[in-house]
Amino acid sequence: MKIPRGKVVAVMGSSGCGKTTTLRLIGGQLKPTSGEVRVGGQIVHELDSGGLYNLRRRMGMLFQFGALFTDMSVYDNIAFQMREHTDLPESLIRDLVMMKLHAVGLRGAHGLMPAELSGGMARRVALARAIALDPMLIMYDEPFAGLDPISLSIVGELIRKLNDALGASSIVVTHDVQESLKIVDYVYFVSEGKIVAEGTAEDMKHSEVPYVHQFVWGEADGPVPFQYPSRPYGEELMESVGHRG
Amino acid sequence: MSRTTLDLWVGFFVAVGLGALLFLALKVGNMASTSSGDTYAIQAKFDNIGGLKVRGAVKSAGVVVGRVTDIQFDAEAYQAVVTIRIDARYRFPRDTFATINTSGLLGEQYIGLEVGGDMAMLKEGDKIKKTQSAVVLEKLISQFMFDKAATDEGKK
Amino acid sequence: MDNRVTGALRSLGQQVTGRIWRLGYASRFFLAVLMHSGTSLRRLHLTIREIYFTGVLSLIIILVSGMFVGMVLGLQGYDTLQRYGSTEALGVLVSLSLVRELGPVVAALLFASRAGSAITAEIGMMKATEQLSAMEMMAVDPIARVVAPRFWGGVISMPLLAALFSAMGIFGGYLVGVQLIGVDEGSFWSQMQASVDFREDILNGVIKSFVFGIIVSWVAVFEGYDAEPTAEGVSGATTRTVVTSSLAILAADFILTAFMFTGT
Repeated sequence: MKIPRGKVVAVMGSSGCGKTTTLRLIGGQLKPTSGEVRVGGQIVHELDSGGLYNLRRRMGMLFQFGALFTDMSVYDNIAFQMREHTDLPESLIRDLVMMKLHAVGLRGAHGLMPAELSGGMARRVALARAIALDPMLIMYDEPFAGLDPISLSIVGELIRKLNDALGASSIVVTHDVQESLKIVDYVYFVSEGKIVAEGTAEDMKHSEVPYVHQFVWGEADGPVPFQYPSRPYGEELMESVGHRG
Repeated sequence: MSRTTLDLWVGFFVAVGLGALLFLALKVGNMASTSSGDTYAIQAKFDNIGGLKVRGAVKSAGVVVGRVTDIQFDAEAYQAVVTIRIDARYRFPRDTFATINTSGLLGEQYIGLEVGGDMAMLKEGDKIKKTQSAVVLEKLISQFMFDKAATDEGKK
Repeated sequence: MDNRVTGALRSLGQQVTGRIWRLGYASRFFLAVLMHSGTSLRRLHLTIREIYFTGVLSLIIILVSGMFVGMVLGLQGYDTLQRYGSTEALGVLVSLSLVRELGPVVAALLFASRAGSAITAEIGMMKATEQLSAMEMMAVDPIARVVAPRFWGGVISMPLLAALFSAMGIFGGYLVGVQLIGVDEGSFWSQMQASVDFREDILNGVIKSFVFGIIVSWVAVFEGYDAEPTAEGVSGATTRTVVTSSLAILAADFILTAFMFTGT
């Protein structure tokens, strides 16, 4: 799997197939049992903690439900990394924070607490926080989960726009096919820990791979069976009758 | 809650807490009385110290003038050797008389110093020669009963 | 039958090894917190913030309970001492029991249920909502930024709260004993001062509360950090914080008392 600079890449697959794990491997929060992960030429899992922290400063990540710090205001959330990693004067931090908030259209909300935000707004604030230090790699873990259609397309558009504006690379982990196919350059399909298909968004819509077809068109039964693996139903029924007899 | 009011509250909390510690040290404890100035140690031997404990009070005329710092057993004389430290402000004559008293009927035991008339004063390391042991209540009672029985016997 | 016995033995063994494993992990975590304490001392406002949340917000419960405990001690103590005709020793009884035992222990128990549970719940929720992961991904160590300030906030607050509890209790005992019942005020204070030693009693009490502060804060941050990242996990961890730290406080109190107050 390759994520080229300047592109938006989607990693898709059904729940529990290892998409989030992929992001954690890239971020160095998990170590691979085999194989290797390279970011910008460095092998992530061989870095010491100092090197890992340096690498992470150049990554941004949007978590599944935003993961905003609930004890800080929107402003402080975005200023957090700047305050932790730089000695910038407060006035400059203020300008930077406002710029990031303006980029996601929430400059007016800087004084609110995360609890006062709607789901879509929280996601946009988290997005602003992820790009606070102008990262070279932005990772999105389910950016579309639990959003209404309007917020959904706002977030989708922001992902595309911010990636192009920053000249960064983005990885979008999602199972929202329609929205992500609109914005991404390239798609990987993952099933049971393996890549089963890859290609551009157009390729995927016309893919002949049965799993991809089922996923893109949202069919209930296919290579991914509706039934959880079990013994034939008739057999079990007979057995319970036998017990009663 | 802005940062300044938060700091104010924490400052208030720390000040009140330290104030409580100071109150405990000065008003409740006896730091004011023990830590002020020098002391000198003298020893006294008793046949029986009863319930006297280390840190027990040493009083003269009812005023606390020192404390018991050590209690040992002298295996040759079969006596208790009590070391007391007395506040350097107070000097006592060499023939001072040490007794073990009880505050109240069942109260704590303390050493009482009764002043003699010698011109020389006690100094560091001296021994008090005249002592009186603790009054053991049980002994007193049995003695009283025995005496009473004896006199009753005599009357008959 | 045989199967059941071996099964029971096996599950018992598993539980024991599980506990020991967890204790080892907790100790390693404790060391990590100590090693990452630089940030909380360098950036003092982080710790001050936590002193506010653990110390200042526990003030009311500590002061009110201290007052009532002291008043009860005054009533009960008077009732008992009266039988021996030594009611003037009431001050000694109230102050010694508070300074040596009740102050540190009861304050620590209250602290565990008021502040300890709050710390666990807060860290646990931060974990459940991936805030700790997010912090890690932002190249900020959550142990240094989140855990250590809370730990030190608790450790600093605890002795101050225990001292306040004792002082308030002695005041409560004074109110009941002297103002209400009419024990002589002079002997109440002077007898107290004559028998409470600064080093033996008060300093040892402070050491006790300091140790309890370390225990409660350690258990609280560990349970929060180790919590299962779900709602049930966090509520379970909060309960465990109160139970574990209360038991640990009482056990440590026994050990400390055995060391401090015997032999004299």
